[in-house]
This record gives sequence, structure tokens and C-alpha cells, in this order.
Amino acid sequence: MIKVSELTYSIAGTPILHDINVTLPAGRITALIGPNGAGKSTLLHLISQQIPFDRGRITMGGLDLAKTTAPARALKMAVVGQQLGVASRIRIRDLVGFGRWPYNHGRPTPKDQEKISEALSHFDLIGLQDRFLDEVSGGQRQRAFIAMASAQDTDWLLLDEPLNNLDLHHARCLMTQLREKVDREGKSVVIVLHDLNYAISWADHVVALDKGSIAFEGPLTEVATTDSLSALYRTPVVFGDLAGKPFVQYHR
Amino acid sequence: MADGRVRHWRAAHPYIATGVGLILLAGLSLFIGVGQLSFAALRDDPQALQLLIISRMPRTLAALLTGASMAVAGLILQLLVRNRFVEPATTGTSEAAMLGLLAVTIWAPSWPILGKMGIAAGAALMGTVGFLALTRRLPPEQPLLIPLVGLIYGGILGAAATFIAFQADLIQYLAIWMNGEFSGVLAGRYELLWLAGGLTLLAYLAADQFTVAGLGRATSLTLGLRYGQVLALGVVTVALVSALVIVTVGMLPFIGLVVPNIVSRIMGDNLRESLPVVAGLGAGLVLLSDMIGRIVRYPYEVPAGTIFGIFGAVLFLRMLLGRRSHA
Repeated sequence: MIKVSELTYSIAGTPILHDINVTLPAGRITALIGPNGAGKSTLLHLISQQIPFDRGRITMGGLDLAKTTAPARALKMAVVGQQLGVASRIRIRDLVGFGRWPYNHGRPTPKDQEKISEALSHFDLIGLQDRFLDEVSGGQRQRAFIAMASAQDTDWLLLDEPLNNLDLHHARCLMTQLREKVDREGKSVVIVLHDLNYAISWADHVVALDKGSIAFEGPLTEVATTDSLSALYRTPVVFGDLAGKPFVQYHR
Repeated sequence: MADGRVRHWRAAHPYIATGVGLILLAGLSLFIGVGQLSFAALRDDPQALQLLIISRMPRTLAALLTGASMAVAGLILQLLVRNRFVEPATTGTSEAAMLGLLAVTIWAPSWPILGKMGIAAGAALMGTVGFLALTRRLPPEQPLLIPLVGLIYGGILGAAATFIAFQADLIQYLAIWMNGEFSGVLAGRYELLWLAGGLTLLAYLAADQFTVAGLGRATSLTLGLRYGQVLALGVVTVALVSALVIVTVGMLPFIGLVVPNIVSRIMGDNLRESLPVVAGLGAGLVLLSDMIGRIVRYPYEVPAGTIFGIFGAVLFLRMLLGRRSHA
């Protein structure tokens, strides 16, 4: 599990996150939800040590992440951010191949090739593998980065709004892949989501952030209620049932 | 199997083309120049052989080494800044190197060339780091701002160099450092360039690191790349190569800009694949420019930097106008 304690972070005197205490369970899909500017992405960046923080401690299985080196962390967690603008022209297969960099440092073994091909096929990229990153659409590029993180094959996978550019087919495929990683391989996933229906359909655990603090957190079925979600987004959210599956309506 | 062979052939063909082109150009270069030199004369005229060994071969090698190392320096800078429009001549690197050279010429004119080069490299390093610090403050969604700021920054450093050189009556030196040309290259006067060539080879050893760094800081970090170290290695390489070239033959602008862009269009930015071709094309184009410079006003010579400047400007404009979605 990842344990965040007394984490405080501010930019130029403006507090972004305030006294965060939360545990992200291992072997689960944890959805990070909350309104714009709540600090979801910042929390993800802090956990992945991309930015240094003022106060607090983040541990993974008892290991203080701030004291680990980048090469050591790369074997434990993979991160896909939101800004994937890339100036360099890399072929999709090469990009996904770099997911194996933490293990092989540029000398791929047959096992690496296998993992790369597997990730390419899981994310529907086989037909695109020889294309350059700047010659595919935003959604395809996003899938390539997710496939790279998947090829990294780490215990933890952190994704910042991965559904943003994906069509509903590929969004569902991605969630299915994540579910399989968790259920079959015992991986842990932390994912920032905006669409509540994806959260309630796929996540096990929810962490809701609001204005830099934890609004509520816990197992999905216990904490995600009409009241808690309505209050979080300051919008009426109604729980319902659609074809036997839970569904939330907030569109109008 | 057959498919694999086709893929291998397609992958090998830029290397073969570059290699054959380089050998042909280098061979031709040996027989072009003011002093008459023919293949037949080599057998029975000892003076011809001397001309070859003392002048033509060093000159050819100097052009090749300069072109290869400047093109690779440009490529590394572009990946580290994550901008297609930078090279040592547009980031203040070469102007800073000239400031360093001026300082050493004024205060310690008797220093050996290696010492002068060291000071120039140190100044180039500071200039490049200053440029990187400036680019951090620029909005990433405006890719053209980076080369513009670089040009202004380089212009300010260059103006300072001109002022100091004018006061110290060293304007002539400045002109020599600014205009890359190979007419003065003789055996014993160009060997520092082998260092630049060696640095290019070292850069090739770190090719994968540079490729990953080109994906950006965030991606580099999640892949466990020691980003700071790679950045430092790249900046030191660029500064050293620039200083070496300026000290021995003078600045050759546009090579580091144009060559990596051409190669990137064709074969992408995976340095393990593209770096040899970038080096080869840079070497070939500089040598070709020098050869043209030896021919167009025979028996006089036009500096290679001037010739390449003309081609480079045209190619650069095409690049600017032809750019589509990416910077």
C-alpha cells in the first residue's frame, strides 16, 4: 500500500494540498475524484516524486519514497501524466519499448520483446507500431504512453486522467485491462477519473479530494453515495440502476 | 523471413548511403585545390605525396570531424531543450565561447591552445546553462519563442564580445572565430578536432539516454533515467564541441540546426538509429561546402561556413515553412 501522511504542498504561498492523510490499498483500483483544481494531479505528482514537497511523508510498503532513487522507483511504479506533448519523433514500438528501460537500459532481451508486443496488442497498437508519435492522433498517442507504462510491468500504475482523449471503445478496453492487471496479476492502480460512471463501474476504492483536502475516502460501495457525491461536486448526483448495473445521472 | 530481410535492408540503407557518399566525397576532396595533385603524380612525385599528407588529408579530416561533431551537438541540444530550432549558434553557446577566448587572449596570450580551448569550453558551458535557465521561464506552448530568445541572448553576448574585441584591438580574431573555414588547416593544426570526434563517439554510447531525455523530464523520471546527469552530460558535450570547433576552424552555423532536422524527418529521433546518419550527413555536407568553396572562385577560396550558410538558410526556411503540427 501507499501511505501518505501529513502531506502539505503549496505553490508560491498558495496551498494546493493541505495535511493529507490517506492510504491507497494494494491490489485494488483506486479512483481519485474531485472537482477541477482539487489537487488530484498534484497528489499523483507528489506520490511519483516528480515534484518535491514541503512537509509530509509518502511511503510504499514502509519504504520512504522521497529517499529512493529514480531508477529504483521506476521498478516499482509507472506513471502516465496528462501532458504528453512530445517534440521528438519516436516510433510507437520504440516508445513502448522504453517501458522496459528500467530493466534493460537499452539492451532488450527476448523477454522484453515479448512484454512490448503484449502491451502493443493489449492497447490495440500493433497496426500503428511503425508510425511516429507526431503522426498519430491524441488518443492514439495517449494509448501508446499507457502501453509503455504497462510494459514497465510495475506493482503500481498511476494514471492521470487517462480517459481524456479516448473514444468509448478504447476507454472501456483500458479499464478492462486495468481490472485484469489488478485481479489476475495482483497489481495496484491509482487513476484520476472525471466521469463518475467509470469510477463506480470499475473502481474498488475511492479517494475524493476537494480544495486540497480529503473530502471522503474508503471502499467504493461504502463511501460513494448520492449525498457524498452531490456535496463533492456541488451538483445533484442521482444513483440509479441501468440494466442491473449501478449508474449515476448528473447530466441534467 | 523474407519480410525480415526487407526490413533489415530498409534499416541498413541510410547507413550504406551515408557511408558510400562520405567515401566518394573524401576521395574527391583529396584532389581538389590550388596545388595540382593527380593520382598519377602520387606514384613518382614525392612532393605530391607531401601535399597530400600535410594539407589535403588534414583538411578533409578536419571538415569531416567538424561537420559530424557540430551536427551531433545540434541534435543533442535539440533533444535536451525539446525544441527543433536550436543549435549552438542560436543558444549563446558559441558567443560565450568567443567571450572566453577573448578573455584568455587578452590576459594570458601565451597559454597553450589546449588551455585556451578549456577556457572557451568553460565559457560556452556557462553560456549554455544561462540559455537553459532562460528557456525554463518560457511558455512551452510557444515553441518559436525559444530560438528567438536564444538569438537575442546570443546577440547580446556577441555584442559584448565585439565591444571588448574593439577596445582591445582584437576584431580580427573575432572575425576568424566567427567564420568557419578550412584553408588554414595543415597537419599539426587541426588535431584538437579529433577530441570533438571522440566526444561524438561518447555521445553515441549514451544515445538511448538522450532519446529518453528527449521525451521530457516527467517521462524520463518515471522510466528511472537520471535526468540531471544526462542533461549535464549533454550540455558539457555541446559546450566542448563548440569550443573545439571555434578554436580550430571557427564557427559553422546552421549545421547543427539543419542536419538533425533532415534526418529526423526521415528516420525519427531514436538516436541509436539516427545518430550515425546525423554525424555522417553533417560530415558530408561540411566537406561538400568546403570543396565547393575551393572550386567556385578558383584559385581563390570561399569559406566553407559561407557556402553552408547559403544552403543552410534555404533549407532552414523550407523547414520553417513546411512545418505542420509539430515544432
